Amino acid sequence: MALDQSFVGRTYPPSPVYEVSRAKILEFAEAIGDPNPVYRDPEAARAAGYPDVVAPPTFTTIVNLAAINTIVSDPELGLDYSRMVHGDQSFTYHQPVVAGDRLVVTSSVESIMRRVGNDFITLRAEIGTESGEPRVTAKAQLVVRDAEEADA
Amino acid sequence: MTESTENAEAKTEIAVGDVLPPLEVRISRADLVRYAGAALDFNPIHWNEAFAHEVGLPDVIAHGMLTMALAGRVVTAWGMGELVEYYSRFTRPVVVPNDDKGALLELTGKVGEIRADGTVRVDLTAKFDGKAVLGKPVAVVRPRP
Repeated sequence: MALDQSFVGRTYPPSPVYEVSRAKILEFAEAIGDPNPVYRDPEAARAAGYPDVVAPPTFTTIVNLAAINTIVSDPELGLDYSRMVHGDQSFTYHQPVVAGDRLVVTSSVESIMRRVGNDFITLRAEIGTESGEPRVTAKAQLVVRDAEEADA
Repeated sequence: MTESTENAEAKTEIAVGDVLPPLEVRISRADLVRYAGAALDFNPIHWNEAFAHEVGLPDVIAHGMLTMALAGRVVTAWGMGELVEYYSRFTRPVVVPNDDKGALLELTGKVGEIRADGTVRVDLTAKFDGKAVLGKPVAVVRPRP
């Protein structure tokens, strides 16, 4: 089923604030098996030039995913979540995310296209602090397989 | 997660063709549960066998974002600068069996280009079962002055 093209260009209201904690950064670093001290020791992070422990490169997937889920669950978009897979992901880094950052995500629908029985939707998330300092731009392409094809 | 790395000798000059220290990581079911909690990604295809089968997967699969995070470690462990960009497609699932071995991921990186603005493009690979699971994963690094 084709997605509603009128969603292209739509920008959503900013997400609630997500406060980055040292504990969550540590938990994420442990989950990806990364022993780097800049993710767990404020002194090591400061020695490396950061104001506090710094988040690993894909850490903002936490807030990005929440924003994606809000958009794709909008019934008007017509997206079948159970047939959705993650096609690609990009991160553009503006400033390091560090513990204490109060992050806000502003999401928009960058493109929707249809190709050989699949729908492709690209969502862009501008992730910055509450006070407007940019941190990361995250883009996710989601692929929704056609029901007919999947059931064939 | 069990893993092995190779240490490269310290060097400061970056050249096209430089090979980054590779990384091998074994992902177990427990690792998937832990990552799900850390990333707040509770999609059942990453922990529920019955659900995975229902949607046509051979078994539970790893989060694509976990594989991307592990490939990113090749670049951050290299320590040559700040990440400017990181991109990957997700082309093949990493199937994680419910046993004591888990799934073995082989991660490599190589300097592909030094750009006019001084940034460095690192071309990564992530293999499971001998096949690439990430499509064209690329990290761009700004070397430290």
